[in-house]
Amino acid sequence: MWRAITTILWKDLKIELQTKEAFGASFVFSLMVLVIFNFTLDLTTEEALKMGAGFLWIAFAFGGVLALNRSFALERDENCVQGLQLMPVDRGGIYLGKCLANVIFMLITEIILLPLFAVFFNVDITGRPLYLFAVLFLGSVGFSSVGTLFSAIAVHTRMREVILPILLLPITIPILIAAVEATAYAFGADTDPSFWFRLLLVYDVIFVTVSFLTFGYILQE
Amino acid sequence: MNTRKDTMGTALVALTLVAMMVSLYMVFLYAPREATMGDVQRIFYFHVPSAWVAFFAFFLVFVFSLVYLARSNKRWDTLAAACAEIGVLFCTLVLITGPIWAKPVWGVWWTWDARLTLTLVLWLIYVAYLMLRHYMTDPERRATFAAVLGVIGFIDVPLVYFSIRWWRTQHPQPVMAGGEDSGLEAPMLATLLVCIATFTLLFFTLLRHRLKLQSLRDEVDALQDRVEQAG
Repeated sequence: MWRAITTILWKDLKIELQTKEAFGASFVFSLMVLVIFNFTLDLTTEEALKMGAGFLWIAFAFGGVLALNRSFALERDENCVQGLQLMPVDRGGIYLGKCLANVIFMLITEIILLPLFAVFFNVDITGRPLYLFAVLFLGSVGFSSVGTLFSAIAVHTRMREVILPILLLPITIPILIAAVEATAYAFGADTDPSFWFRLLLVYDVIFVTVSFLTFGYILQE
Repeated sequence: MNTRKDTMGTALVALTLVAMMVSLYMVFLYAPREATMGDVQRIFYFHVPSAWVAFFAFFLVFVFSLVYLARSNKRWDTLAAACAEIGVLFCTLVLITGPIWAKPVWGVWWTWDARLTLTLVLWLIYVAYLMLRHYMTDPERRATFAAVLGVIGFIDVPLVYFSIRWWRTQHPQPVMAGGEDSGLEAPMLATLLVCIATFTLLFFTLLRHRLKLQSLRDEVDALQDRVEQAG
């Protein structure tokens, strides 16, 4: 199990290091979302401070969908899915490896995007850095947990990439709400974040477990 | 081919029809006029039972999906798909009757209240479920993928509900006077219960027809295969 996870993770990281396709697409797209927000809403600094967490997570979510689509589109080319199916390891291990790779990709995009966001919208993001990192991590895990599973589903449909956001976004509404509220707190907002952190944790635990258990059905021929 | 009489089905249709007549009588003639909201409140007797049927149907999707994953018998997949279709139908009715009722009573078509938002999110989840089914060709794979989504979609429901409810408490909204739960008079309650029973009957009637349609489709497919093999 452990070896399956690390093998899949290394494979995806190595491919990404060579091609930089997932990161490139999701980073540029997320950045574009932020720029478009700026033009369509034309915010003052106070407004940006109030709504910044929301913008940021919309950008992360949309960029994340692109990276997640890539995750199994990669396996579809050259028929690699068949290779995964033939692997004599637990299906859950393949899932965790894939999911972990997606979490890492999302986190890298987020961490590079954050300072750019701070500069563009003139928002101070250094309020509670530890909390900020915790939200980014928990949010990305939640988003990638179902996202990885749905990415494996999406590549088998006729619409392929188009179906993933339609499936994923309604399911991740709790994660987005909780992440936005918790991020606002991390930026220094005067609210009580304990409920949101608990919700993020509960969501992560539930959906990593459920996806882990059901992934075998998705991968079987 | 299938010409044997469907007594059970006919009885169900007849029963639903009678129940509908009784319900209509109760809604428009028996139930008293609501004091503050007036006659517009009578849409409540269609709105709430529709919501009940939608939730019930989505719960059945969850159950049948689980059974399908355990047994992988096509029957359960057909049942889950039929329930999802009927659930989306009634969920759409909830989303249409709700604003019609809300506009004269609350003064707005829509408010991001927890129940309303949950209904909208449910609608989105199960429309996505139907789209996924539509975009897949291999029947076995479609059944498995749909079952996984049917399970995940339902597990998500309490999380969506609590997140929206908590979000609501942090973002103030105009207070809506007089929720519909605030003390229901006996005749109103009786009408509501009869309507819920009627809608449940309607659900089973529709489900039966949907299953029959599916078996006819399967029969046509099988015959087509035979013709192709023979020719």
